[in-house]
Amino acid sequence: MAGRSLQVSVVAADHEVWSGAAVQIIAKTVEGEIGILAGHEPMLAILAQGEVRVTTTGGEKVTAQADDGFLSVENDTVTVVAGNASLVK
Amino acid sequence: MGAQLRVYTQKIKSAQTTKKITKAMELIAASRIAKAQARVAASGPYSRAITRAVSAVATYSNVDHVLTTEPENVNRAAVIVLTSDRGLAGPFNSQVLREASELTELLRSQGKEVVHYLYGRKAVGYFQFRKFPIAGQWIANAEAPEFVTAQEISKTVLEAFEKDADEGGVDEIHVVYNRFVSMMTQTPEVLRLLPLEVVEGVEEPESTDVLPLYEFEPDAESVLDSLLPVYIESRIFNAMLQSAAAKHAATQKAMKSASDNADKLITDYTRLRNNARQAEITQQISEIVGGADALSAS
Repeated sequence: MAGRSLQVSVVAADHEVWSGAAVQIIAKTVEGEIGILAGHEPMLAILAQGEVRVTTTGGEKVTAQADDGFLSVENDTVTVVAGNASLVK
Repeated sequence: MGAQLRVYTQKIKSAQTTKKITKAMELIAASRIAKAQARVAASGPYSRAITRAVSAVATYSNVDHVLTTEPENVNRAAVIVLTSDRGLAGPFNSQVLREASELTELLRSQGKEVVHYLYGRKAVGYFQFRKFPIAGQWIANAEAPEFVTAQEISKTVLEAFEKDADEGGVDEIHVVYNRFVSMMTQTPEVLRLLPLEVVEGVEEPESTDVLPLYEFEPDAESVLDSLLPVYIESRIFNAMLQSAAAKHAATQKAMKSASDNADKLITDYTRLRNNARQAEITQQISEIVGGADALSAS
């Protein structure tokens, strides 16, 4: 898996909140927390209200608040879609 | 100054004042188009992601969902009409209202009852003046639409959709709005939201780009359950943003031609005023000459 990374984008209804390359993304779905690494199988999940934590390839941590949305994974592209989403400082 | 001359001067002044106003409105609209277009573009990733997900679920799962299946007989259809709050935008509102009434006629000829949901002050005014029944109305700054309004509208129409036909529920939902094609063209469009016709986003997936086999969490049905309202919201919001951008473009076009017309009026009246002034001078000269002649003759 070396060298592979995820393309993550977090989008809200009216703008893109964050996008970039990441190593790992942790989100809270209605079934519980899920961590996604590169090579994850395609998936569609409903998000529960909560934080989405992204570890970028640079090792930084980005946290976004997302509710009322879903998460889709395919081909190492992760899209977090939420009606309301914002970055947490 | 002669009476005629004064009248022309007044008319020129009035045309000049009008031109100042229309010119200002043209510039304001022009500056707002870019902003409205940027908002349409900014909402792009969201609606693309949702459209893609909805098509994935609809294609790769055999879920019979109330929102995707065609009802056997449609008794009632809802039509959502999106207009602006203000006029002075050329044919912008009249063309969308005409499209809406054509759609209404068509649906009625198919034996369906039509209920209207209105967004924008112009649509509400039009329906109220003609005493047409209104099922729901929203007046909330159509020039800069908010996402919450789209959520409210979609909640209302989905509630109506989920009700049984006997209780006043609807079986179809259509949206009529102005689509922003270019700065010069805005076309009224009809979109059927429900039962679902997935409209692909701006980027058509290539034929080789097969949608992957998704795993659904918790399961396909609940994903579809929560996805579809979001999809409807995003379609309505997109239509609202398109309509707002189209409104500004239509205003800009209408105000530009108004300014041009004012310019023409000013030129025409200036010529007429010059004629009148010249005629007055000629008359005065002939009066003086005639008077002098009469004096010297006596």
